[in-house]
Amino acid sequence: MKKELLKVNDLKQHFPIKGGLLGRTVNHVKAVDGVSFTVYEGETVSIVGESGCGKSTTGRAVLRLDEPTSGEVYFDGENLLSLNKREMRAKRKDLQIIFQDPYASINPRQTVRQVLEEAIVIQNVIPPNEREEKIKELMEKVGLGAHQIDRFPHEFSGGQRQRIGIARALSVDPKLIICDEAVSALDVSIQAQVINLLKQLQREMKLTYLFISHDLGVVRHISDRVIVMYLGRIVEVADKNSLFENPKHPYTKALLSAIPVPDPKRKKERVILTGDVPSPIDPPAGCRFHTRCPFATDKCKEEEPELRTTDGMSEQHEAACHYIEELSS
Amino acid sequence: MNDQTQITPIMKQPTPPSNPRLESWKTFFKKLRKNRAAMVGGILILFFIFVAIIGPFLAPFDPTTQNQMNKLVGPSSEHWFGTDHQGRDIFSRLIHGMSITLFIGFTSVIIGAFFGVFLGLVSGYYGKRVDAVIMRSMDVLLAFPGILLALAIVSVLGGNLTNVIIAVGIFAIPSFARIVRGSVLSVKKLEYVDAVKALGASDVRIIFKHILPNVMSPIIVQATLYMAAAILTASGLSFLGMGAQPPTPEWGAMLSAGRSYMFDAPHVAFFPGIAIVIVVLAFNIFGDGLRDALDPKMKN
Repeated sequence: MKKELLKVNDLKQHFPIKGGLLGRTVNHVKAVDGVSFTVYEGETVSIVGESGCGKSTTGRAVLRLDEPTSGEVYFDGENLLSLNKREMRAKRKDLQIIFQDPYASINPRQTVRQVLEEAIVIQNVIPPNEREEKIKELMEKVGLGAHQIDRFPHEFSGGQRQRIGIARALSVDPKLIICDEAVSALDVSIQAQVINLLKQLQREMKLTYLFISHDLGVVRHISDRVIVMYLGRIVEVADKNSLFENPKHPYTKALLSAIPVPDPKRKKERVILTGDVPSPIDPPAGCRFHTRCPFATDKCKEEEPELRTTDGMSEQHEAACHYIEELSS
Repeated sequence: MNDQTQITPIMKQPTPPSNPRLESWKTFFKKLRKNRAAMVGGILILFFIFVAIIGPFLAPFDPTTQNQMNKLVGPSSEHWFGTDHQGRDIFSRLIHGMSITLFIGFTSVIIGAFFGVFLGLVSGYYGKRVDAVIMRSMDVLLAFPGILLALAIVSVLGGNLTNVIIAVGIFAIPSFARIVRGSVLSVKKLEYVDAVKALGASDVRIIFKHILPNVMSPIIVQATLYMAAAILTASGLSFLGMGAQPPTPEWGAMLSAGRSYMFDAPHVAFFPGIAIVIVVLAFNIFGDGLRDALDPKMKN
């Protein structure tokens, strides 16, 4: 039986919009609106979706980088949202994050040594006399040379900086790493290197990844399971193969049809969505996708579909659509 | 990992280890040197500091010794800038006043910067209610015209040099707080702040180790520009009789005393006045130059 490492229950993140003369809250951006999912130990779960669907916000809320509005985040059986500030600081040892922009994610005034040392000092995981060795070991692990230890971030390339970011995340021996668009800012060739590094580290250190990305090619390569988000809610969850070969939700289908196929002769059926993503301030009633869905009916406008599974879907494959059965035929 | 094996030999070439702090100082000085006005200001300021330290030993006369036989004498080879209504040598008094002027400027800016930077950091970092309370109180301070606020403070505390410094320092606080708060708001959104937060760093560590070093340049510029304002306000207070008391050779007080003899002996008021103008101008143009050199948006 697989062990549940992270269990997110009905997580909501509503950002207030201040307005008016007295700066009162006039409305909320419902960036994440009731998201539940589970991540098992040792697997890689990806969250995909277009810009503004709430995938990064979900990651940040799990880490409490932004305090979520409501919900529960169980990590190793403990609700992170019930911890006080001090307990949470200690708990951060187990959950780390790798950021998108390798240029913004490292303090420009610190050397690599200082960056890594600080991480170790904050969590106080290693006695002082062994720190030097640990830093060198970390550098080696992420494919940087020990001679680069006293360099400043601006002396590294984007890919190398991302390796520094990975080393920083690894320095406290975490169990779960959230990769927030960790390779999106890198060149394709470097992307492959960093992804392979992440996979290798996962095998060696038994890491669990929550991989947030909009790049379906990367997601297909790295994930065990995939979560598709649209406008702050999950529309489909499945293991990688079921999702890519047998998508059920019309939004997932549209998303997958946008992956370019490297074969000019193969004609692909493109599902082209019309219109824009509606505003998360006032999301559509019923199914949130009904404004752009080619199959939407009156029922979709009124009734919000729940995640469910039916015949012909593999275990743990769930989609939030009223017409899964009809659409698959 | 392939790129590592390729990169390593290149890295091992004897490139001198470059420290970015040193590098950024170099480019900073290069840009500063291009700005002619700023260089003039900077050299003048160095000269002032030199005069303040060495001057009292070189001054030809004692600044407070009166000579009733030699009152209100115009400039001559003996008294370069003439004598005042008590027969004291104005040149010597100006030289002795230099250190007082700079002392007032430096200490009041340090007071203002210390509290202002702290409040700005707290306000910008914590936001919400803390921010509202701090910034609204800063607005209250800013609503007073500077000299009026300083006057009020001095009249409550009593008129002497220490209180002038405190008063000028207090009304420097809001401008520092505002500038720092603005910079903190932009720096705290950067991902490296989130990264150390995710590592479990305390607020104190984040604020002082990661945010403060990255908001230093606007603080330095503001401190330089504020030197000019502080010196001017302090002289103004002394001019109004609220600051340094006679016989202290404070320039504002000297100007005030010379005012009564404006028609018979204009040099008594003229030389302290010119001295104030030059010092204030030097700090202002140097501050402007610093801002141009430190502001990445002004790169050309």
